[in-house]
Amino acid sequence: MELLLDSLFNGVAIGSVLLVAALGLAIVFGLMGVINLAHGELMMLGAYTTYVTQLIFKLPLLKPFYNSYIIVSIFLAFIVSGVVGILLEKTIIRKLYGSPLETLLATWGVSLILQQFVRSVPLAYGTGLVISLIIGLFLPTTFPSKIKESINFKYYKFSSWIFAALTGVLTGSVISSSVSKLSRASARNVDVTAPSWMRGQIEIIGTAFPKTRLMIIVITLISVIAITLFLNQSAWGMRIRAVTQNRQMSDCLGISTEKVDIITFGIGSGLAGVAGVAVSLLGSVGPNVGGNYIVGCFMVVVLGGVGNLLGTVLASFGIGIMTDLIGAGRLLSIWPDMPLPLSNTINFFATTSMARVMIFALIVIFLQFKPTGLFPQKGRMVEN
Amino acid sequence: MRISRRILAGLATASLAVTATSCGGGGTSGSFDDTVTVGILHSLSGTMAISESTLVDTEKMAIEEINAAGGVTVGGKSYKIEYIVEDGASDWPTFAEKSKKLIDQDGVPVVFGGWTSASRKAMLPVYESKDAFLYYPIQYEAQECSNNIFYTGATPNQQSEPATDFMYNRSPAAGGDFFLVGSDYVFPRTSNTITKAQVAQLGGKVVGEDYLPLGNTEVAPIISKIKKALPDGGIIINTLNGDQNVAFFKQIQDAGITPSTGYYVMNYSIAEEEISTIGPEFLEGHFGAWNYMMSIDTPASKKFAASFKARWGADRVVADPQESAYNMVYLWKQAVEDAGTFDDNAVREALVGQTFDAPQGPVEVMPNHHLSQTVRIGEINAEGGFTILEETGVVLPQAWNQKHPSSKGFACDWTDPSKGEKYKL
Repeated sequence: MELLLDSLFNGVAIGSVLLVAALGLAIVFGLMGVINLAHGELMMLGAYTTYVTQLIFKLPLLKPFYNSYIIVSIFLAFIVSGVVGILLEKTIIRKLYGSPLETLLATWGVSLILQQFVRSVPLAYGTGLVISLIIGLFLPTTFPSKIKESINFKYYKFSSWIFAALTGVLTGSVISSSVSKLSRASARNVDVTAPSWMRGQIEIIGTAFPKTRLMIIVITLISVIAITLFLNQSAWGMRIRAVTQNRQMSDCLGISTEKVDIITFGIGSGLAGVAGVAVSLLGSVGPNVGGNYIVGCFMVVVLGGVGNLLGTVLASFGIGIMTDLIGAGRLLSIWPDMPLPLSNTINFFATTSMARVMIFALIVIFLQFKPTGLFPQKGRMVEN
Repeated sequence: MRISRRILAGLATASLAVTATSCGGGGTSGSFDDTVTVGILHSLSGTMAISESTLVDTEKMAIEEINAAGGVTVGGKSYKIEYIVEDGASDWPTFAEKSKKLIDQDGVPVVFGGWTSASRKAMLPVYESKDAFLYYPIQYEAQECSNNIFYTGATPNQQSEPATDFMYNRSPAAGGDFFLVGSDYVFPRTSNTITKAQVAQLGGKVVGEDYLPLGNTEVAPIISKIKKALPDGGIIINTLNGDQNVAFFKQIQDAGITPSTGYYVMNYSIAEEEISTIGPEFLEGHFGAWNYMMSIDTPASKKFAASFKARWGADRVVADPQESAYNMVYLWKQAVEDAGTFDDNAVREALVGQTFDAPQGPVEVMPNHHLSQTVRIGEINAEGGFTILEETGVVLPQAWNQKHPSSKGFACDWTDPSKGEKYKL
């Protein structure tokens, strides 16, 4: 019983890391059909946001709230990655809808730019730049409709960008002067330390579980529930589904497909940021952190069936449980006196590297029989 | 317009000032009779840049120190050492290419370079075919002995073997079972083959091993295996690489695998630099084995650390690879002075037998082109350094490991033409 619980927990823990990382991609790639190779780097931005938030919460003014920095950084990471994603959509991806190869190359270029950005720009000024972007993109949308419709709106927009730039430079220099670690550029990996209440273990029904793992599972669950509710219950969610099912018809019926694209991509990217927070709790944060997850993310989305959230959920937990079963040689402990050839085979695959090979092989075999994944999309979209 | 012109004028003045000071710095060259240019070849970009740039800093410092003390004296003439720094870019073929450039185009008498075994293996044929010289400063898996390479880092019997012995016989987990964890590439696998042979000799038991593919940070399956194989604590030998250590230590601490629950990790790739990145709170109570540790309390060690901080910044630390890099520059200088020429072959002969009062203590170049070194076992403390627990006497290097099944009974001696790279003992 304890063994089963332990194994199940491990599988769910590994799976939820995969799921939280793939969730954003399930929307961007799954629903919109955009092959976004910069998804991993959007995660990386989320991880760096956690790091910056952590350092800012160490300042005397915010010190009393230090323990809650991780919660705050989840929201901040969503906003930061979301805004960078929106910028990406507005400038590059919008021009490339319907040309997957070009999108792939362009987003790969963006991923390299983002990696080099965090290496060579001091994080304080990076933060300033992101703050400028947030203000510059959102301030004009808060203007009263009278101004929005006026002929001089572009001047208002321009002046709000100037305001945004000034605020960005100001916050950048304030952070740079108050947190010395953020004032210099460095390619060195940095480290996020979980607050003390999140470290160590918690005992449930006789088995001890690491708290950070539980936290990641909670973050994942909340993200999945929130996104499902948003897609199925809200007006915007309905519009998103309408556009993904039939873009022309939705356009004819008066849905602003441009706005829908921005919102969908923004949410997908924001979720990548949340994944970044989760990932930063497990390992170190560096320019390459996203690259380690991108292949896994695509694997999960393809296995689950493109365009289907439930498929993504099941695929990630499936892979997680399989990783634990094979990698830790669980079958041996369930059935200790199996015949020798079988137990030797299992032992051979019971290493992390071989388990990975095995899982890839199994996925390839599975896709031979069901090329469209666990839950293939049905209906009109398939024909397009 | 006027403002921008003023800014331009200001910039011009500033750049003039910079030129002036740099001229002032170079002005001392007047006191030398001639110059000699050496090559420095490490990764200044890519994944290895973080580690390898510290070696470039150390080598530059050693060269500056030698120049300040009058340079290299050969045949009654004093030479100022100048250097050409090339970037290996964390890409192994680039190391070979840049080596060719340094040897053929720049005509350097010696190259100080490399970090990963892969880069060394890529460079080796270049140096052998051109009969040029490479000085390589990193602790490595050995099983190699080139006539054209001098290895100033530790061989396994100068690091992992004393460490395994300590863990099995004298550590808080003495007599316990072993679990081996490493990154999936050549150094951890070779090192663990040696460890397994040694543990068997000691009468201990290796109950499991696992290798994490480079770049992978999911440690959960390894943790379940450790818990299954060592339910009541034991010894973990860790040869993980770089950032994977962060993931490993964060996750094992959360899973309750800590010194307080009886699990002790011995690390072969974690020095002061890495401790500060990972965070001492995750590593406190675990162990490390090196030839040099910053906490060595001798004048030579303190002077080394102090001059490095004075040269590159008070927040910088020195660690074992840097000390090896520092030693090799001085050893080369001594050998050149003894040989009375920069000629490769004369320097090679003069180098064997050179002794140097290194920051770690005295070292000597042995006939197998490796150094005799002192081995230290340290416990990682809360301040991010090592508390030195034990110190061996001088340990002679084994280029061919005596516990590895493929090299048992072999040795290397370049001073005797009948022996050479690999001869039977």
